Amino acid sequence: MHKRAPAWLGKWLVSGPPLLYLVVFFAVPSLIMVLASFRTPGEFGGLAPLVDESGAVDLTLDSYTRLLSEPLYAEIFVKSFWYALVTTVVCLVLAYPLATLIAKSERRHRDLLLLLVILPFWSNFLIRVYAWMIILGPNAALARAVNGVLALFGHEPVPLLFSAFAVLVCLVYVHLPFMVLPLYANLEKHDQSLLDAAQDLGASAWQRFWRITFPLSLPGVYAGSALVFIPAFGIFAIPDILGGPDDSLIGNVIKQQFLETRDWPFGSVLSLVLTVLALALAGLAAWIGQRGVGRLASGDA
Amino acid sequence: MRKRSAWLWTAALLAYAFLYLPLVIVVVYSFNDSRLNAEWVGFTLDWYRKLFANEEMLLAAGNSLLIGLVASGVSTVLGTMAGIAMYRYRLRALPILVLTPIAIPEILMGVALLIFFVMLNFTLGLVSVALAHIAFCIGFVAIVVRARMAGMDESLVEAARDCGATPLQAFVHVTLPLIMPGVIAGALMAFTLSIDDFVITFFTAGAGTVTLPLQIYSMIKIAVTPEVNAVSTLLMLLTLMLIVIASKVSPSLLRSD
Repeated sequence: MHKRAPAWLGKWLVSGPPLLYLVVFFAVPSLIMVLASFRTPGEFGGLAPLVDESGAVDLTLDSYTRLLSEPLYAEIFVKSFWYALVTTVVCLVLAYPLATLIAKSERRHRDLLLLLVILPFWSNFLIRVYAWMIILGPNAALARAVNGVLALFGHEPVPLLFSAFAVLVCLVYVHLPFMVLPLYANLEKHDQSLLDAAQDLGASAWQRFWRITFPLSLPGVYAGSALVFIPAFGIFAIPDILGGPDDSLIGNVIKQQFLETRDWPFGSVLSLVLTVLALALAGLAAWIGQRGVGRLASGDA
Repeated sequence: MRKRSAWLWTAALLAYAFLYLPLVIVVVYSFNDSRLNAEWVGFTLDWYRKLFANEEMLLAAGNSLLIGLVASGVSTVLGTMAGIAMYRYRLRALPILVLTPIAIPEILMGVALLIFFVMLNFTLGLVSVALAHIAFCIGFVAIVVRARMAGMDESLVEAARDCGATPLQAFVHVTLPLIMPGVIAGALMAFTLSIDDFVITFFTAGAGTVTLPLQIYSMIKIAVTPEVNAVSTLLMLLTLMLIVIASKVSPSLLRSD
C-alpha cells in the first residue's frame, strides 16, 4: 500500500469551496434577514442602527406584532394560499392524463413526449407571462369572442387581462411541467399486471383507476403538488404583470416592502413567514406521501 | 382499450396545445406588420431591425451574456465539487445548503441577498447579480453531476489509485472524463438559468443595471410591442440551441429515469 493523504483532506478540498460559497451567499444572507426581522426600520429605509446613541440595542418584536394586528396581511397570505391551491389542483387535473399518456406510450416515443413538456419550461419565464398579455389582451380574438357571447346575454364586457383569471391561467401555465414530471416518474413504474388482474376480476375502468392507479400514484401527486404549490405561493411577477389591483399576492407585498416602502424589518417578517409556511406545507406533503406509501405497502391489496 | 386511449390522446393534445400555443403566438406576431398584437396583417422583419438598432436592448443583452458566462463558469466548478461531495461523503450541511435555494420561492433569495449586499455597502450591479446567480445555479449543476456520479463505477477510481495515481491524477484522468457529460449539461443549464433569471436579478441589480429579462420587464410594463416578441423569439431560439447541445452531450438529462 502506498501512502494516501488523509481522507478528511480530500473531503474538505472537494466540499469546502461550494460549502463556503453557499454559507456566505445563502446562509448568512438568510440569517441577516432573520435578524433584520427583529430590528426597527431606518429613517430613510433600510434598518436603524443596531446600537443607538444611548447604547441601547435595537431588537424588537414590533414587525411581528404588526403582522398579527393588521388583518390585511393575514388576508393576503390566505389569498395567496388559495391562488396557489387552485393552481395546484388545476395543474393536477391537466397533468394526470398527460402523464398517463406518456407513461403508457411506447418507449421510443416517451423521450420526445417528455421533452415536449419540459421544453416550454426552459424558455424565458417573462416571455411565457408576456405571451398571456397578448392572448388575453382586449383586442385579441379571445377577449372579443368572450365579450361577444356575453353581449348576447346583455352582459357588460369583461376585461380578461389584469384579472384574477389572467393570473391563475398563467400560474397554471408556468407550473404545469412541475406536475407532469413527478407524476410521469411515478406512473411509469406501475405494474400493468395489477390492472389486468383487477379487470379479470370484473373491475370497471373507473374502479381500476380509482382503487388502484390513483392510490399508487399518490407519491407522485404529492411531489408534484409541492413543486407547484411552493413557487406559486411566493410568486410576484405574474400578479405584478397580469393581475389587477385586487390580485396583489404576498410576493407583491414583500417586493413593495423592500423596494417601495423600504420597511426591511416588516418585509423580512413577511418573507420568513412565507418560507416557514411553504416549507411546512412541503414537509406535510412529503410526510403524507410517505405515510400513504407505507400504508399501501403494508396493506394486503 | 381503444376508446380509452382516444380520450387520453385528446386530453393530452389539449394540454400540449396549452403549453405551445402562447409561445407560437409570440413567434408569429414577431413577424407581424402591425403594432397591435391582435391580428395578422402581413409579414415583416421590421421588429428585428428595430431590435438591433435599440442600444439599450443591446447593452442589456451584453450584460446578460457576460453575467451568464461568469455565473455558469463559476457555478459549474463549485456545483461539480458539490455534486461529487454529495455523492461521496456524508455531509448533512451540504445537501441542505445546495438544495434549499432551489426549494424555496425565488423571491426569498432575492430579498435576502438585497439586504446582504446593501448592509455590506456592496454596490448593486453586474457583480452582485453574478454572485447571486452563482448561488442559485450551484444546486442545479450539483444535482446533474450527482446523478452522473451515481451512474459511474467508483472501482475505476480505486483502480487508478491502486496503480499509483495521486487523488488529483485520479480525478483529472478518471472521474472528470466520466462525469464530463453531466458537467457540460450542468454548465449549459446554469447558463440558461442565469440568462433567463428575472426575480433574483430584479432584487440584486440595483437601479442602473439592466439585463435582458429586466429590459423585457420594463418594456412590457409600459406597453406590449412586437419588439418584445422579436427579442423573445431570439431568446427562445438561443435556449432551444442550448438544450439541443445539452441533450446531445448528456441524453439522460432529458429523461426522467
